[in-house]
Amino acid sequence: MSAFRRRTGTFALILPLTLFLGVFFIWPLLTVLEQAVSDPVVSKNLPRTTAAISAWNLNSEPTDEMRRALVDDLKSLDDDQKLGEVVRRLNSAQPGFRTLMRKTVAAVRDSTGPVSLAEIDARWNDVAFWRAIAEATYPYTDRNLLAAVDLQHDASGAIVAMPAGESANQAILLRTFAVAAVVTLATCLIGLPYAMLAAASSGWRRQLLLAAVLLPLWTSLLVRTAAWYVLLQDKGLINSLLVSLGLLNTPLPLLFNRTGVVIAMTHVLLPFMVLPIYSVLIAIPRNLMPAAASLGARPIRGFLHILLPLALRGIASGGLLVFMAALGYYITPALIGGPKDQMISSVIAFYATGSANWGMAGALGMVLLAVTIVLYGVYGRLSMKTTGA
Amino acid sequence: MAAPRIRFERISKSFGVHQVVKDLTLDIERGEFVSLLGPSGSGKTTLLMMLAGFENPTVGGIFLDGRRIDHLPPHRREMGVVFQNYALFPHMSIADNIAFPLRMRGVGRSEIDERVKRALDMVQLSAMSSRRPAQLSGGQQQRVALARSLVFEPAVVLMDEPLGALDKQLREQMQLDIRALHKRLELTVVFVTHDQSEALTMSDRIAIFNHGNIEQIGSPRDIYDRPQTRVVAEFIGETNLIEGTVKVTGTAGTSVEIADGRHVMVPGNSSLSVGSRVHISVRPERISLAAGGIGAAANALPAKILDSVYQGDHLRVQLDEDAFRFVVRTDMRSAEWPIGAEVVAHFTPDDCWVIAA
Repeated sequence: MSAFRRRTGTFALILPLTLFLGVFFIWPLLTVLEQAVSDPVVSKNLPRTTAAISAWNLNSEPTDEMRRALVDDLKSLDDDQKLGEVVRRLNSAQPGFRTLMRKTVAAVRDSTGPVSLAEIDARWNDVAFWRAIAEATYPYTDRNLLAAVDLQHDASGAIVAMPAGESANQAILLRTFAVAAVVTLATCLIGLPYAMLAAASSGWRRQLLLAAVLLPLWTSLLVRTAAWYVLLQDKGLINSLLVSLGLLNTPLPLLFNRTGVVIAMTHVLLPFMVLPIYSVLIAIPRNLMPAAASLGARPIRGFLHILLPLALRGIASGGLLVFMAALGYYITPALIGGPKDQMISSVIAFYATGSANWGMAGALGMVLLAVTIVLYGVYGRLSMKTTGA
Repeated sequence: MAAPRIRFERISKSFGVHQVVKDLTLDIERGEFVSLLGPSGSGKTTLLMMLAGFENPTVGGIFLDGRRIDHLPPHRREMGVVFQNYALFPHMSIADNIAFPLRMRGVGRSEIDERVKRALDMVQLSAMSSRRPAQLSGGQQQRVALARSLVFEPAVVLMDEPLGALDKQLREQMQLDIRALHKRLELTVVFVTHDQSEALTMSDRIAIFNHGNIEQIGSPRDIYDRPQTRVVAEFIGETNLIEGTVKVTGTAGTSVEIADGRHVMVPGNSSLSVGSRVHISVRPERISLAAGGIGAAANALPAKILDSVYQGDHLRVQLDEDAFRFVVRTDMRSAEWPIGAEVVAHFTPDDCWVIAA
């Protein structure tokens, strides 16, 4: 009884969190995932055809029943917008549907008696068009997921690469990982010495160093990115300083290229590297480095053998934080980068807001999520190994 | 004559305006166990840190076997340091911890294994070699730290209050263990502590620190029985101090007049002159209590008993103002006095030690 009460009490405590996560995280996530794989346009708008075609073996001559069902469906589908969706869906699987359907729908709507599809257009005798309809009648599809990594089904249903030049998702995904990796490395190279300095100092110096890292966190990302926009210009602070010092004759191209993106992202993400390393470093007993020195370790060897291994957990969790955050960056590459520096989130944004292709947006999101989960799993394994006794 | 193993020559150390070590000179011989004893802030740890190379003297020189070393960084000083909280490397096994100084010196793999094994045997921890420090008890960690500081055969072993975190029984056992190791391996040890019984137990010589300098240095017996200053007398063990003026001097005995015209006889001492102010130190265990009828030769102070506390192996008796609130340790076999009883506290001239005021 009391155990039961205690348990319900515990559940009551986490109920708000569970509800919040469910409504604002898990449900939207599932919706997006569903969007990525659902393909209801044809089955919903051509129900008779869907029923009739399910018995067909995809290779033999289309049956009369299928033809009749399609004519009936087109006759009863009087909403032009829905018709447009169906045509767009079918045309994307089999080019030529657009003209074929326009012709067919016009003929079907004009006629009063029975209609022969083959008489309207000879293409209705082509099995490929019927096969496209048959495939489109499944309510779920892997087209979006495949397209997210530049793959597609060929006519026989096998998975093949998309023709070159048709899609750049793979290249953009690779670029996203490359930028995230470079940014992670850069934050580590800057963040580790910085965290060591902060952990080694005390009093107001430590406060100042930490404030310098934390302050940008309290500023809007947009503002910080805009500030870099100003700094990195050809006539910006950095270039004019370098030119006026005589170090350069022409300004360095820092804006609208990869360098600028990496600089700005490194700055923005630096706190996520510094803080985990710092928190690990201050927990390391102060006398370990003097002990190493007294045992004969030069400072560099003391660092490599003692401090670095002990700080590794902080570096790993900082690196993971930075890398994962960098994967999803959108504003900074969009403002500072050129067209060749756009990352996967800008492609997602294009599909979501630009072309209203929620399926593709969801599929790309899924790919990104899957990669992130895999990385987190690897990190979990590694950190288990290093902390395990 | 050979140079001492360690020589501190006129060392001063300041942190800002605060001078923590003042013009200190000290020689430590090969194979000697020297304790630096004193209250916190007396400069003893700072001196040790300067020897290890973690601090630099503001003025003065430090010599190892006649070679000046105060400019050398810590990793080139060949000093084995045992830290207060052991400073074991948490991510390494016990064996790797002990192997660390050998690896830093580029010793070969097989020789490392051999020497680590011997060091582990020495501290009786062979069974623990693959464990991590966190899996060991405090006493075991302390022994690992000791083995690690000895395995590379340093010229000197420095210990900074190494036993402070251990409980009393373990601490006393470790004191004897360290002393035995010191004797067997003929180690030169500099041992910082604020625990006087620890210093008395382990040391060949004790240096009493006060305000950045050595108040007195000598054998444990010197320090305890013949303190040169009031600070030393009060710091080492418990003592009763009476202030007085020398009235009569002589080889047979010296008479000191104390408050309200009474006299205390102390041993004959040619260095005392009539009229000089002195402190007389009488250790609590040197005083006896009697109901009365004491011979004229003894120093006698009649008093009332204020308090009497049972301490297991002795009674700690506090006397009232008539006897300067003396503390007396009485044998358990002697009579037990009720609080308020009238007694005579008596002691011979030889029980007194005179310190110039």
